[in-house]
Amino acid sequence: MTLAEKIIAKAAGLPSVQPGEVVTAQVDLAMIHDSGGPRRVEPILKRLGTGLWDKERVVLISDHYVGDPNEESHAILELTRQWALKNGVKFYDAQGICHVVLPQKGHLSPGMFVVGGDSHSPTGGAFGTYMFGIGATEMAGVLATGEIWIKVPETILIEWKGMLPPVVCAKDMMLFLCGKMGMDGARYQAVQYAGAAIGAMDMPERMTLSNMTAELGGQTGLIAPDSTTAEYITNAGGSPGRWQEWATASGAVVAEHHVFDATELAPQVAAPGSPANSAPVDTYKNQQVDVVYIGACTGAKYVDLKAAAAILKGQKLAAGVQILVAPATKEDQRKAAGDGTLKVFEEAGAKILPNACGICAGYGSARLGKDIRCISTTARNFKGRMGDASSEVWLASPYTAAASAITGYITDPRSYAGAS
Amino acid sequence: MESLGNGRAWVFGDDIDTDVLAPGRFMHRPFDELAQNCLIDISPDFAKNVAPGDVLIAGRNFGVGSSREQAAQALKARGLAGVIATSFAGIFYRNAINLGLPIFVGDANEIKNNAKVGLDVDTACLSHEGGTVRLEKIPEYLLKIIHDGGLVPHLEERFANERAGR
Repeated sequence: MTLAEKIIAKAAGLPSVQPGEVVTAQVDLAMIHDSGGPRRVEPILKRLGTGLWDKERVVLISDHYVGDPNEESHAILELTRQWALKNGVKFYDAQGICHVVLPQKGHLSPGMFVVGGDSHSPTGGAFGTYMFGIGATEMAGVLATGEIWIKVPETILIEWKGMLPPVVCAKDMMLFLCGKMGMDGARYQAVQYAGAAIGAMDMPERMTLSNMTAELGGQTGLIAPDSTTAEYITNAGGSPGRWQEWATASGAVVAEHHVFDATELAPQVAAPGSPANSAPVDTYKNQQVDVVYIGACTGAKYVDLKAAAAILKGQKLAAGVQILVAPATKEDQRKAAGDGTLKVFEEAGAKILPNACGICAGYGSARLGKDIRCISTTARNFKGRMGDASSEVWLASPYTAAASAITGYITDPRSYAGAS
Repeated sequence: MESLGNGRAWVFGDDIDTDVLAPGRFMHRPFDELAQNCLIDISPDFAKNVAPGDVLIAGRNFGVGSSREQAAQALKARGLAGVIATSFAGIFYRNAINLGLPIFVGDANEIKNNAKVGLDVDTACLSHEGGTVRLEKIPEYLLKIIHDGGLVPHLEERFANERAGR
């Protein structure tokens, strides 16, 4: 069986499963946040007249309305806190973006079957966890019953041979794949990433790959655990368990096998409208930018902040360019403050925003105004997503975003790589 | 041939995303207000003029983006009889079923915007003046959830049966 099939079979209590089969799976963990969580599931649970199936298996994280300056948002956060207290679930209040907080706090292990109330939940796949996103009504069903139906997916294997060049990273890989395969390229099947370039990556970079499987239209984005995975989980206070068992068996049938050469990948930028509008950075190099946003679960973890700072260090921002930095979690911000990374941004005149989803999801006080052009380390650039419908979002890696802040137009970070 | 009824077709292209279906800037507002702004950025008349029995027809990858089910809920609240697309984003598809919004994979792109249409959910047939488009049938167990009115009434029935020891 493939890794995906092994995990689903275990969750369904079956010796084996086949792609296309519909099975009922027992959920190991359910993650919810303040937007799709308590305010949406509580009325349904009330209507069903039932409580949580297992409060020990529910993690609540507030991240969407954190830092959003209006009364309705404050009320949503208050409701979230009250619900957490009343139900006795594990609760991380304003600690950062759920997809990063969950593994940072050691909640994910290889072989688990996990649902999240957010579309970027495939992030958990980086830990060899079958994790996928569902809507609030379906989440209420899971919270009430502990189970969910799933159509066993095919596996799409994406292999990256060789090593990435300097200042090219996971975000570039995913923008490239979106352009190559399209936003429905993965057909809601299970993607599995493999190859030397993946093996060499740290966990936060792998999380960016798995996360943006959502942009490829996959249900989850798995990476078989290795010693890097086990070490991260142990350091986070979790248990990697018998992680060696969670791999695609040799000879298991995959539906598609794509092979790419990491050594040849250039930094990628996606033009507004879709992550699939991606091309090598040179294609868009004359576009002026007004705002540089270093934020989100795929673009502001500690390693992302460090990447952007490596380019920015000792440089001045172009006149008229504003740089906004929203570290993904409190822990990432603490680390960045500890080693001088955050200081690089402060010296460049950056505005530091709360550890939250913020404008990536259209929330918060820093939303883009009319006709503003933003280069952003986030995962999505649909029309109006980060503010006014006339604003533009260009997606890029932290390296490329930082280089663009220095020149004021979209810039190949390799021209600053010497500085790093 | 069955009667066309009073429904009209609203025709859209590929990759209609959840940010245009349920714009983030209205997400903290009461649901009615969010629903009134469904698709406002690409079709300002839609939410104002859509009527019960109307059908939305789209191309590839409808509902791509966020897991916010308000995207499907807003369409249902505006009275749509169903959504037809050549393909759907996975989470949107699950959300639509769970909210009781009939949802069909099929190619109805021969139908022009504002054409008269009638949708039969059980037989998965879409009638229009030029004929009938056969859509992919909704799998039986999902059709049951839609007929129950969505996952919540469906589970209510299950819990009631469990309590009654059935």
